[in-house]
Amino acid sequence: MTEYSPNGDGRAILEIKNLKKHFRVGRRASLKAVDGISLEIKEGETLGLVGESGCGKTTVGRVLVRLYEPSDGEVLFGGQDVHRTRGDDAKLLNRKMQMIFQDPQASLNPRMVVSDIVAEGIDIHNLAESKKERLDRVHELLETVGLSKEHANRFPHEFSGGQRQRIGVARALAVEPEFIVADEPVSALDVSIQAQVINLMKTLQREHDLTYLFISHDLSVVKYISDRVGVMYLGQLVELADSDELYANPLHPYTRALLSAVPVPDPDYESERERTVIAGDLPSPVNPPSGCRFRTRCPQAVEAAAHVDPPWREAKPGHWIQACPCFA
Amino acid sequence: MAAAVNGENILLVKDLQISFGTYAGEVKAVRGITFDLRRGETLAIVGESGSGKSVTAKSLMRLLPEANTILKGGEAIFEGEDLLKLSEKRMKDIRGSKIAMVFQDPMTSLDPTMRIGRQITESLKEHLGLSGQRARERAVELLTLVGIPTPKDRIKQYPHQFSGGMRQRVVIAIALACDPQILIADEPSTALDVTIQAQILELLRELQEQLGMSVILITHDLGVVAHTAHRVAVMYAGKIVETGTLREIFYNPQMPYTWGLLASIPLPTADRSQDLIPIPGSPPDMSDPPKGCPFTARCPYAMRVCPTEFPEYTTFSAEHKAACWLHHPMAPNVEPPVRVRGTR
Amino acid sequence: METRRSELTPDLFEQIEAGSQDNERIVGPPIGFWRDSWNRLKKNRGALVGLVVIVVVIAVAYVGPLLSPYTPYGQDLARRFVDPSSQFWFGTDEFGRDMWSRVWIGTRVSLYIGFLAAFLDLVVGVVYGALSGLFGGRVDDVMQRGIEILNGVPYLVVAILAMLILSPGIITITIAIGLTSWTYMARIVRSRMLQLKEQEFALASRSLGANRARLLTKHLIPNSLGPMVVNLMFTIPLAIFSEAFLSFIGLGIQPPDTSLGALINEGYKELRFHSYLLWFPTAVFSLLMLSFNLLADGLRDALDPKMRK
Repeated sequence: MTEYSPNGDGRAILEIKNLKKHFRVGRRASLKAVDGISLEIKEGETLGLVGESGCGKTTVGRVLVRLYEPSDGEVLFGGQDVHRTRGDDAKLLNRKMQMIFQDPQASLNPRMVVSDIVAEGIDIHNLAESKKERLDRVHELLETVGLSKEHANRFPHEFSGGQRQRIGVARALAVEPEFIVADEPVSALDVSIQAQVINLMKTLQREHDLTYLFISHDLSVVKYISDRVGVMYLGQLVELADSDELYANPLHPYTRALLSAVPVPDPDYESERERTVIAGDLPSPVNPPSGCRFRTRCPQAVEAAAHVDPPWREAKPGHWIQACPCFA
Repeated sequence: MAAAVNGENILLVKDLQISFGTYAGEVKAVRGITFDLRRGETLAIVGESGSGKSVTAKSLMRLLPEANTILKGGEAIFEGEDLLKLSEKRMKDIRGSKIAMVFQDPMTSLDPTMRIGRQITESLKEHLGLSGQRARERAVELLTLVGIPTPKDRIKQYPHQFSGGMRQRVVIAIALACDPQILIADEPSTALDVTIQAQILELLRELQEQLGMSVILITHDLGVVAHTAHRVAVMYAGKIVETGTLREIFYNPQMPYTWGLLASIPLPTADRSQDLIPIPGSPPDMSDPPKGCPFTARCPYAMRVCPTEFPEYTTFSAEHKAACWLHHPMAPNVEPPVRVRGTR
Repeated sequence: METRRSELTPDLFEQIEAGSQDNERIVGPPIGFWRDSWNRLKKNRGALVGLVVIVVVIAVAYVGPLLSPYTPYGQDLARRFVDPSSQFWFGTDEFGRDMWSRVWIGTRVSLYIGFLAAFLDLVVGVVYGALSGLFGGRVDDVMQRGIEILNGVPYLVVAILAMLILSPGIITITIAIGLTSWTYMARIVRSRMLQLKEQEFALASRSLGANRARLLTKHLIPNSLGPMVVNLMFTIPLAIFSEAFLSFIGLGIQPPDTSLGALINEGYKELRFHSYLLWFPTAVFSLLMLSFNLLADGLRDALDPKMRK
């Protein structure tokens, strides 16, 4: 499980090698939120990470920006192990790797004025020489995200969800990052607002040479914004491929079931499509099934699936899957 | 999916107006909506935050907080009675037996300290007067109906012993216990994972066909609507701006808000190069709703007349109506965005 | 209001610019958290009354004794037990001392104790709780066990011990209260810290590179002020009551110093024939208690972010 996709176009800005994050629950048990993920993120790309609840995608994001320490494995940013850096190097990483959060209510400090929220990174890293420069920068950032100068001295609760998310984006941009983890950035927004924020993110990516890890449970949104997409289940990657390829030719039964389950706003398509509705519930991440973790719900499961850890294989160029014995 | 659009009316809502008194003033959540529900159909009420769809649903069940809810007008006729004016005693008879509701969050819909079996039999004993034994049997039947395995064991369990999807099934079982004529489902699958959501929607559809009940489905997810609804009402800022059959709304929408919704959703089937066209701005503040058409501020086709008065409904077919000044004879001809022009 | 069909002219159907800048505009002045809370507090009549009464009582406690020509300590056995009159507004006690002055002197002492407890709450309780919650883990475990041990000893026992070891008086009461009253605040602040630490805005700050100090001062504490203020407002009457109780059982302020509790104790002894000695201090005491509680209640509602839109 330690091979990763070769450098196609662009160099890898981030390398994740066999990353694990376990949380202790109770005396002996541990919740295996992330249990062995390996992948590369190339400079300038948007890598989408999808999965349902409990698959570990949010945890991956948080480990990457060093909110959590990994239980095993390593994360290399530009060749540097992000969890082993200290001091000034670590501080620099805080600038290069940033995060956009999910909840527009909770991601902004309700007691702080917008300009202070946006300028927090500037303050921490002393990026502005004077108060005026700081304010100018704040105004510039607000305008970049489609808000205006007048919004700078207002409080978060005066804004709508979409606007709050944009403030969050401005905050992340303030430190001039290279890589941004977007953890469900539009999931809590109204449908008509989601498109605003997604378009904004796309524009910013072009203008500022950003690399994104886009985490979401919403497959339609992920497909639209991502170059490549990785599917997670119970802490592991089960499939990774180019966006169009994954949606057109999903190979892993879980990916197939996932895509099949997404309702499409097109009535004729809906009534004509064939659906594989998988039965059963998600197993507990404290006690995941042995071997192939999807076998308890997989329509194609065979006996052998319980005894063999399925290898991570490149089934087609650029298209990787957890090659379960059932269909490999 | 059969078009069950020609059944008789079992619910008729006319000019419903509901406001809330808050410390910041009056919030006009629902501002005069009219719709009907036919026997055996699923009517989807689609809208985003602030549209008033949830308030509408709760008002039919009279579940809004009495203290600050103001019924400013309208009626909801069900079996010859106006639901909005009935006594609480009479509502108690109807709630759970003739009209049932399923809410969004299965975590909080169930009493965590009561066994599942009892939560179902409660309703059966109360409304149908079933004996303990018979009620238990019926509870097991219901759990089987909603697809819970080993129901005889499970009725003795507590909610925390069920997963999210299972809990929602239990909630549905409780709702169906007395064979209601109307099931109101308020975002029944939003809080669930996609694969579980698919299960629940399938279940609701099967149950509807089996039991012939009518469903009011409240949601913001057009995918869910496309999958389960027969007719659709689109709400915006407390008003219904368009209604029609499923195909009419998706393939021949006549109102810019509907166009905007359809154009701004990424389709997993679409090409990535096709741009998403967002609707600029945000929904209006309901404590000070705009005069005239509430969508004016965000509408790319807005005309001078739009903010002055809410447009009359234009009828396009037996079921299809939209409220938009663009359909006035004096208005210019506009084409909806490419993405929206009748797919397939 | 219907526009007559005939009133619709073709020019009304010209397209207008739906300026999206307008969409983003926010009307009205920026409403900070404190302004917003104050607005809500103002609407709560009980809390306002409480606030006014407290201010008035404090004012009178300091100005009142000056209004009377008599001193609180001056004894004159010739005029013992004089009923309230225009000469002695609250009457006199068994030593002929002017009750008006004594009541307000006593009030000063009670208020002092109340505010002292609040101060200790702030200084010791908040810091202890904040550090405990912020660091979490082992540190938190140890600090919490410390509090539990402290709480395990009844307040009264501490007070009595203090009385025995040191001489009874204001200092001793201060120490007794100081040792015990801050633990509740520490717990509240700690639980708030634990909660807020995991909120996304705190995570965002950490991911931007904020150190613990910044996290605490800019994010965690400001968002804990609500529960802190409310708790302070409840602590004050509690402390006043505790002291009153101690004085009532004779362990508190010793004569000739006095507090509301001591006055109530003395007045209680004379209930039969000179009940005014009891009613006046009791009235002031009850007013204070009630007002602080009303204010605290109102503050809790006003500061609760959930109550906002």
